[in-house]
Amino acid sequence: MTPRTLVHLVMARLDRAIHALTAAALIIAITLPSLAFAQTVIRDGVTLTQAQETRAEGIGDQLRCLVCQNESIEGSGAALAHQLRVIIRQHVVAGETDKAIMDFMVQRYGIFVLLKPPLSPLTLLLYAMPFLAVALGALAFWLSRRTRIPPPPPLDEAEYQRLKSLLET
Amino acid sequence: MTTRRTLLYAAPLGVAAIAGAGFYTILRRMQTDDYDPHALPSPLIGKRPPAFTLPGLTGGPGFANTDLLAPPRPMIVNWFASWCIPCAQEAAMMGQLSQSGLPIWGIAYEDKPDAIAAWLNQYGNPYQRLAADTSGITAINWGVYGVPESYLIDKTGIVRWRWAGAITNDVLNNDLNPLLAQYS
Repeated sequence: MTPRTLVHLVMARLDRAIHALTAAALIIAITLPSLAFAQTVIRDGVTLTQAQETRAEGIGDQLRCLVCQNESIEGSGAALAHQLRVIIRQHVVAGETDKAIMDFMVQRYGIFVLLKPPLSPLTLLLYAMPFLAVALGALAFWLSRRTRIPPPPPLDEAEYQRLKSLLET
Repeated sequence: MTTRRTLLYAAPLGVAAIAGAGFYTILRRMQTDDYDPHALPSPLIGKRPPAFTLPGLTGGPGFANTDLLAPPRPMIVNWFASWCIPCAQEAAMMGQLSQSGLPIWGIAYEDKPDAIAAWLNQYGNPYQRLAADTSGITAINWGVYGVPESYLIDKTGIVRWRWAGAITNDVLNNDLNPLLAQYS
């Protein structure tokens, strides 16, 4: 074996090693985010993936805790809120749609459970309120414009002189 | 011209007067237990209770939704717990209602059998039938969000009324008694 062939051999080995390392790095770079995504978390005693947990939180944020009434199910420390969080997560894991889970809650607790009430005959006045307020304001503005007394005509020279003398005395 | 202007100036006063009258009515009705702004309408009203089967307590039989399909007379299903303070305050009223002949069935919410037994010993047992919802799942299916809660079930098994909180004398006179007269 000549020194030349030895150098070649070493260089070829090194090249292969670098290739292998690059490939490994590439594989890790590609799979790592999806691995993190598939990683399971345990929330309220239910095991689910991070994506499912994010969905469950999104649902819980839109639901009112019925014990405290001004907190969402996601943000409340009440025992019932915890139970409802568990139910949401179980339904998410079972593959139900967001709408099906919301309907489950509305069926039991009524539309009051929704932090954002849906448009219905019962909430029509609520949703119409901004438009009514603007219409009322416009009406008031229009009425006040209509009743405005026109300004008096400008004074002529004689009137101006009289006013001046009146003000000076 | 001037009448319109007067009208425009009077409008805010009118709105304030109407709002004042509204607030006055709400506050007065809140004082007489006639109106509770935190009360939620139960989606169960006009329907039968959802399917459930709950075990009994201390050897009793428990009951299921099928036992509530056609009661011989209007009845109350009362959700309670030994750890619930308003339930203890309501106990005397439950006893009085039971004495008057109104059938009351009890469901103990998230409670332990020995704790319920001790509680019933202390406050009396007004319940014809007694069941235990240890997990609280049946309560969620009923839309129960706290204890005590009372449901009036008519002779056809339909829920006619739900009261969240202890039943007081005012509630009895204003709500329950008229409904009992209507459905018996």
